[in-house]
Amino acid sequence: MPEKYHIHTHPEAPRFRIEGKLGIVDWREDCASCQNCVKKGCVYDIYKEETTALHEERGYLDYIYKCKGCLTCVQNCTKNILTRVVNTEYERLGDDYYKPEILLTTWFQAETGSIPVSGCGYGGPFSGPGFDSMWTDMSEIVRPTRDGIHGREYINTSVDIGRKLNHLSFNDGELDVKSPPIISSPLPLMFAELPVNWLRGSVPGILANVAKNLGLFSIVRENEIGDQDASMVNTVIPLLNNGSNGDSFVDSPMVIIPDSPDVLNTVESLKNAKAERIVAVRVMASPSVAGRVVSLVGAGVEVVNLVHDRSGREDAPDSPRHVRDVVRDVHGALLKAGTRDEMTLISSGGIALPEHMTKAVICGADLVTIDIPLLLAIECRLCGECEHGNPCSIRLEETEKEYGTQRVTNLMGTWHNQLLEMMGAMGIREARRLRGETGRCMFVEDLEKQAFGRLFGKRKTDYVI
Amino acid sequence: METPQQVLDVPPPVSQSGKDFADHPDFARVDREVRLALPRYRNELGKYSIHRSSACISCGKCVEICPNNVHRRPEGYRNLMRPFDYLCSGYDCEKTDHFCVKACPQGALSLSENPAFKTLGDRRWTPDLLASCWMMAETGHAPPSHLESEIGASEGGFDRLRIRFPGAPPSDLRKEDISTEIVLNKRDDDRPKVKIDVPWYGGGMSFGSTNIRVQLGKARAAKAWNTFSCTGEGGYPDRFVPYKDHMITQVATGLFGVREETIQHARIVEFKYAQGAKPGLGGHLLGDKNTPTVAAMREAVVGTSLFSPFPFHSVYSIEDHKKHLDWIGHVNRSTLLSTKVSTPDDVEMVAVGSYCAGTHIVHLDGCYGGTGAAPDIAKKNIAMPIEYAISNVHQFLVDEGVRDEVALIVSGGVRTPWDIVKAIALGADGIVTGTAEVVATSCIRCGRCESGRGCPRGICTTDAELHQVLSTDWCTQRLVNMYNAWREILVDILWRLGLDSVTALRGRTDLLTHLDYEGAEEDS
Repeated sequence: MPEKYHIHTHPEAPRFRIEGKLGIVDWREDCASCQNCVKKGCVYDIYKEETTALHEERGYLDYIYKCKGCLTCVQNCTKNILTRVVNTEYERLGDDYYKPEILLTTWFQAETGSIPVSGCGYGGPFSGPGFDSMWTDMSEIVRPTRDGIHGREYINTSVDIGRKLNHLSFNDGELDVKSPPIISSPLPLMFAELPVNWLRGSVPGILANVAKNLGLFSIVRENEIGDQDASMVNTVIPLLNNGSNGDSFVDSPMVIIPDSPDVLNTVESLKNAKAERIVAVRVMASPSVAGRVVSLVGAGVEVVNLVHDRSGREDAPDSPRHVRDVVRDVHGALLKAGTRDEMTLISSGGIALPEHMTKAVICGADLVTIDIPLLLAIECRLCGECEHGNPCSIRLEETEKEYGTQRVTNLMGTWHNQLLEMMGAMGIREARRLRGETGRCMFVEDLEKQAFGRLFGKRKTDYVI
Repeated sequence: METPQQVLDVPPPVSQSGKDFADHPDFARVDREVRLALPRYRNELGKYSIHRSSACISCGKCVEICPNNVHRRPEGYRNLMRPFDYLCSGYDCEKTDHFCVKACPQGALSLSENPAFKTLGDRRWTPDLLASCWMMAETGHAPPSHLESEIGASEGGFDRLRIRFPGAPPSDLRKEDISTEIVLNKRDDDRPKVKIDVPWYGGGMSFGSTNIRVQLGKARAAKAWNTFSCTGEGGYPDRFVPYKDHMITQVATGLFGVREETIQHARIVEFKYAQGAKPGLGGHLLGDKNTPTVAAMREAVVGTSLFSPFPFHSVYSIEDHKKHLDWIGHVNRSTLLSTKVSTPDDVEMVAVGSYCAGTHIVHLDGCYGGTGAAPDIAKKNIAMPIEYAISNVHQFLVDEGVRDEVALIVSGGVRTPWDIVKAIALGADGIVTGTAEVVATSCIRCGRCESGRGCPRGICTTDAELHQVLSTDWCTQRLVNMYNAWREILVDILWRLGLDSVTALRGRTDLLTHLDYEGAEEDS
């Protein structure tokens, strides 16, 4: 058995104070100075340094990030001078898609390298738009299943990128076909090219470094590829400009070109320059994209990179579909055309959490690309100041390489482990076999129709997915 | 102010060791009488805050008029106590003649919303639901009307279902004649027709993950109400023996504490194939919780993490499952067999397969529930919510013609008596409760069950110091009270529906409406 793919993590504390969700407010002026102050009883010792901090005039400690919110001190205080409030700074974090809880959990994972664990069930909404409107399946009794993640079997999370033959042929016992070029990623993800605002200082180098260390691929715009380290040639995937001949990147394992009316000619010329190099075509997700992808694949394109916006939506004037439905549509169209197994589908946009990666693959992508979570790992607040040309409040561009590398590595470690959790529950041992396995997931509209539709008739409104 | 101990009027427990229990059989005596079980924290959290300023002259007007006992003056004292504002009904009181803020001659009182209250809970367990549960555990009766005690804010499932009440209940139906009993053995076999007085029993919380005092409180409440609690997968401490007629022995993949005598004790043995908190992932007891006592009980090495791997390596088919059931069925020829599964896509097939294998109880544990620590990604994303599973499984069993031969028990997000009614109307026979029980013992759902020394509120921890913050008697009474409140509300709903028993409610989907579907009315 090959060595198990494992990402080594270790804690890497944040450089800046993190905005926690809850804060303890302490009305000190009414303190009775009890000998047995509730602060001494804090099981997390968050008040431990308070006296020293006050004595040394270091200011008050903040109880926002460290506080676990158990309320023991609030409820036991003799004078009831402690209370808990929601941190308004926390509520302002992120945006409509990258909600504060996504930022907080990503920071936690990047800091600790541990997957988030908590008790007392799930406390979120019943379902939601996008990936929150589907649940993954689990195996139970009546189906062949497997050991859990702590068992003896190996869950393979690697995926192949490139064209696959739909059959082999032999001549006189010898293989009679030439296998197309193919590359493998140990996780069904690659790093997307960074939004331009984040292209500064040490950030690109950190991400390239992590990709190289973990055997992942990172997409980089061709004009942003400098004198790269020779060791990174095999992990950097140039995103070529329209009309580029890609001559500078003949050693790259793969290049991506934007879709255009003469894209097939461009593919042909790039393959002529180096047949072993995979050429992917990037298409923008739209209501008609499935037909375009089928057409490209039918014409010989080996990899398609399907791009959604940052929140995972296609480009459409009305009711743009989410990755969930666009990818299912494209995957289904390719299946119908009989070409799905010959190509690789990479979905970009809208991947904010590890379950999004898993679910996008279930919907039909071979792998996904991610960008914003990588930046969150190195403490980006998504405050948007850089978009307006203002200086970054946490000086992201000055992030130390070792620090940033560990934080992003930690995040990838937790994503890998969470993929294992979900695959383990489903009883699927190969990420390759996860692709398009919609039979191993449940969509809210199907469940509603099956369970409630027959009882209550017609819904008043369609789901917002 | 009375302490919980004074209110309960029972002698303080000695050390609550196994020997104490063996030496004091009276300790196992418990009844279902409601007694006030006050909060165990000095500052109980309520929806509103009442502030008394220094202008107060302690005239006692507020004490005189407040029907909720917010204002108190201990006998023999001149000054008033700090307001017990968690009992305050808030702005609902403004239009009454007992609104203390208006009545105060000095204008010393002010009313505001409690900011800390808003930080409690989440979409499924809203602050109001938490406070409602605490009030039921304290008083033993329905929570006050200023708390939204019927639904949460998840915007789906139970929270969008409503009960359709007819215009008026039948005039000849008396509440005291309404039955809440259910039978757990519906098969025509020679095993006992075990009957419980209420359509719920307590979920499995294992020795090692949970404070033994909470476990005993659960067991004692189960005994008082003639229902069951469950060992979880952590062994069978001697202290459970006095309650053995009301304890389900759970058999899970780690087989921790599963011995012939613990099977012999049980009137019900539950095979746990999966649990809603972490479907498909098995169990995991962190090394920190594996104390010498826990390790001895589980026959494991102290301090090591203990896994109950998923799945049973001896079960890969219904035939294998049948062998499991046969095994236990032969060890104890009078026990009922329960099969606890989660809610995969083909949950109907799992349920009917379990029935065919010989189970008496199919226990479905949907996602979103559970008390134990689990990966967040699992809790949110794996397996279907229980509301869907109940409806689908019930209908499938009906279609297969076996519905009346198996008890369908459900869990995973059933929080209130209103949820119980909805679950049963969708097709369940009864429910299993876990989270509501820990909330009753003052859990605030901070979710920190696994960090540091375990639950900081002493509920789910093996930390010796944290164990001391609550007593078995207090837990027992809180749960006895909550069960009483639940039953009162359940009976009231059945009465309003014109049903003389909870079994008559099963599958009555015509008594439900869903707000997202045409024809539903918000005020149903």
